[in-house]
Amino acid sequence: MVETAGKKKRMALIASKGTLDWAYPPFILASTGAAMEMEVGVFFTFYGLTLLKKEISPKVSPHSNPAMPMKMPFGPDGFQQIEWPIPNILTGNMPGFETVATSLMKQTFQKKGVATIEELRDICIESDVRLIGCQMTMDVFGFSKDDFIDEVDIGGAATFLEFAAEADIQMFI
Amino acid sequence: MTNWQEDIVLDCSGLNCPLPVLKTKKIMDGLDSGQVLKMISTDPGSVNDVAAWAKRTGNELLETVADAGEYTHFLKKRH
Repeated sequence: MVETAGKKKRMALIASKGTLDWAYPPFILASTGAAMEMEVGVFFTFYGLTLLKKEISPKVSPHSNPAMPMKMPFGPDGFQQIEWPIPNILTGNMPGFETVATSLMKQTFQKKGVATIEELRDICIESDVRLIGCQMTMDVFGFSKDDFIDEVDIGGAATFLEFAAEADIQMFI
Repeated sequence: MTNWQEDIVLDCSGLNCPLPVLKTKKIMDGLDSGQVLKMISTDPGSVNDVAAWAKRTGNELLETVADAGEYTHFLKKRH
């Protein structure tokens, strides 16, 4: 860095949600922050912790996201522009709806050239983003350290706050 | 448009945020100081993003050329 030579900017994020849509912001910001030569740490807590499992399969639920545009990623342009007015009673109760919505969102992302969560996570690991897994969440949900990727640094609130205390950017996601 | 002589070309056509920036960073890391990368993107967001990345990392954005939905960025590796 030119103007701030010597000291790297530091970014501290908290990832608290584990659905497909909410998995993106922490991994996009963390990988981009590292690419901008910042020192990045992410504290994965509550449902966010599942994003550090060896196998991840985040899903998205339209039921809890009423503003989500319901569009199809295939077919003619006019068809793809249609916003399907699907009532909440269906999105919440129809078996398999979440699976279909997840598959449609993944297709849309792929078609638009957006990286997968796995790719972004790999880039974070390659670029030395510190991934802190919440010990308390592990205990509460019955996970063991073996469920998670090797790069996870296990800790609690104090571990995160010690890192965040010197951060220039902090965000709760 | 100036005729920059690039040392390497990175085609990010079809890729969306944040991949053009992440791939740019990876390629730039491997260049020698003073070498020039020509990065092609179809992401309109790359205009601001590449400029921001260059500013933050101290690399020089020589020029961005926008033409028919294609954005060509010339970046010079910092000293």
